[in-house]
Amino acid sequence: MATINEIQDQIIEDFDLFDEWDEKYAYIIDLGKKLPGIDAKYKIEANIIKGCQSLVWMVSTYKDGKVYFEGESDAIIVKGLVALLLKVLSGQPAEDIAKSDMYFIDKIGMQQHLSMTRSNGLASMVKQMKMHAIAYQSKTV
Amino acid sequence: MITINTDLLTTDGTLNIERIREDFPILHQEVNGKPLVYFDNAATTQKPIQVVEALTAYYLNDNANIHRGIHTLAERATAAFEATRDSVKTFINANEREEIIFTRGTTEGINLVASTWGITNLKAGDEIVVSAMEHHSNMVPWHMLAQRTKAVVKILPMNDAGELLPEAFDTIITSKTKLLACVHVSNTLGSINPVKQLIAKAHAVGAVALIDGAQAVSHLDIDVQDLDADFYAFSAHKLYGPTGVGVLYGKRAILEAMPPYQGGGEMISEVTYEGCTYNELPYKFEAGTPNIADVVALKAAIDYVNSIGKAAIRAYEHELLDYAVSKLKNIEGIRLIGTAKDKVSVQSFVFADIHHQDLGIILDKEGVAIRTGHHCTQPLMGRLGVTGTSRASFAFYNTKEEIDQFIAAIHKAIKLFR
Repeated sequence: MATINEIQDQIIEDFDLFDEWDEKYAYIIDLGKKLPGIDAKYKIEANIIKGCQSLVWMVSTYKDGKVYFEGESDAIIVKGLVALLLKVLSGQPAEDIAKSDMYFIDKIGMQQHLSMTRSNGLASMVKQMKMHAIAYQSKTV
Repeated sequence: MITINTDLLTTDGTLNIERIREDFPILHQEVNGKPLVYFDNAATTQKPIQVVEALTAYYLNDNANIHRGIHTLAERATAAFEATRDSVKTFINANEREEIIFTRGTTEGINLVASTWGITNLKAGDEIVVSAMEHHSNMVPWHMLAQRTKAVVKILPMNDAGELLPEAFDTIITSKTKLLACVHVSNTLGSINPVKQLIAKAHAVGAVALIDGAQAVSHLDIDVQDLDADFYAFSAHKLYGPTGVGVLYGKRAILEAMPPYQGGGEMISEVTYEGCTYNELPYKFEAGTPNIADVVALKAAIDYVNSIGKAAIRAYEHELLDYAVSKLKNIEGIRLIGTAKDKVSVQSFVFADIHHQDLGIILDKEGVAIRTGHHCTQPLMGRLGVTGTSRASFAFYNTKEEIDQFIAAIHKAIKLFR
């Protein structure tokens, strides 16, 4: 499996093909539409990353040292951004996730979404995913 | 020096929009490569050059602490600060200048009343009546007060259009009511509430009435004596003035009877190690050095609005609202939120299949600034059965061409999402 940075570099390369902002967003919207939602039973308060505008749910499982994420949002662009994060981080070793640097966000021109709408911007989603990874790591030590 | 404009109206009394827009340099920029369309005026309005100049002139020429100094600058600063008080008094037709208290904004004005009048006058079982469309700033202070005093908060219901139900007034406003706290104009719906009637109802049962005028002052002529409001609160920044300044109007007799809000300088008459006596109105409620510069600049904002006139402003803003609604209602799948007969130039809307945040992101890409979300009216969102709306709010410097750009941006977003 490709490393976190290899996947990031691939995404950056993919986005380089887009000339206009609307092509980028059409692609992200498409990712959002295609991302399978999470099971209704996981859509509980404890799994919500609450924002001022939209909701994000994030759950994870741990197997053989790797963390598998599932996520969803009620807003489609955010859901597409969740899909990108899952692509990069899901299935990666917990320790790699914990120390990862999500440089692709800036490189694909999505930096405005890092701190968007207070608390459920990409930054807090990434932080949440890292917290999951760190929690699993400490369990196994 | 403050420039007063005489050419903001054309000879036939309508707005000279091109001329007015020259006074708002912020409007002349591109956002994401598109001309900026600023339709978030209900959140805050832009400031004319005259306001910025007043602010700058104060700091460059007159800055000093007020009321206590005997030197020339202190006198000039005090005169400018107090001139705004006179200007506000006239602007809302208060009876006396001492009834005008400067605050940080509408929110602080309401909290001031809750913490002073409320604590002194409410007891367990008393009722506070608010409307179904209150901003959190006219809801949370009363919830907090109710928790402290065991008073009860009652809600004036509304219909689906966003109009309060007159038939419910008498069942909600009763002899148990001690305070009516109602928004004059809804920030989410644009509805103009019949506050004069509500105040009369409140007075008939011996209650005091506070009006949240945050969204009203930029659109409507405000006459606190005609309304017979006991308290009226608003913010300068929604009136083309600076942020960080608000006004709380209160009737003298009620203000006199209220304990002070915060303690400190300015608000005292005499202080000993054992205690103190309080200063007279309005200083009793203005502890500490106030936001002098922004208060001074508020006068320039009022002068600007007066130089156009509320009647002309309202007529033009209505034209904009009607034009926007005529275009919006033809968009497939749209639901207009807030269709009261009597309303200001604010229009909320939702799509069943497009999240408001998604729409807001794409509109921003097209240079259009609207507000999306719950607009600090979560109970109202629950009442309407939505999690949030998209809201466009128009000011007198907006144009029909901008509405065309806004409508085109919505169509572009729909193409992307559907």
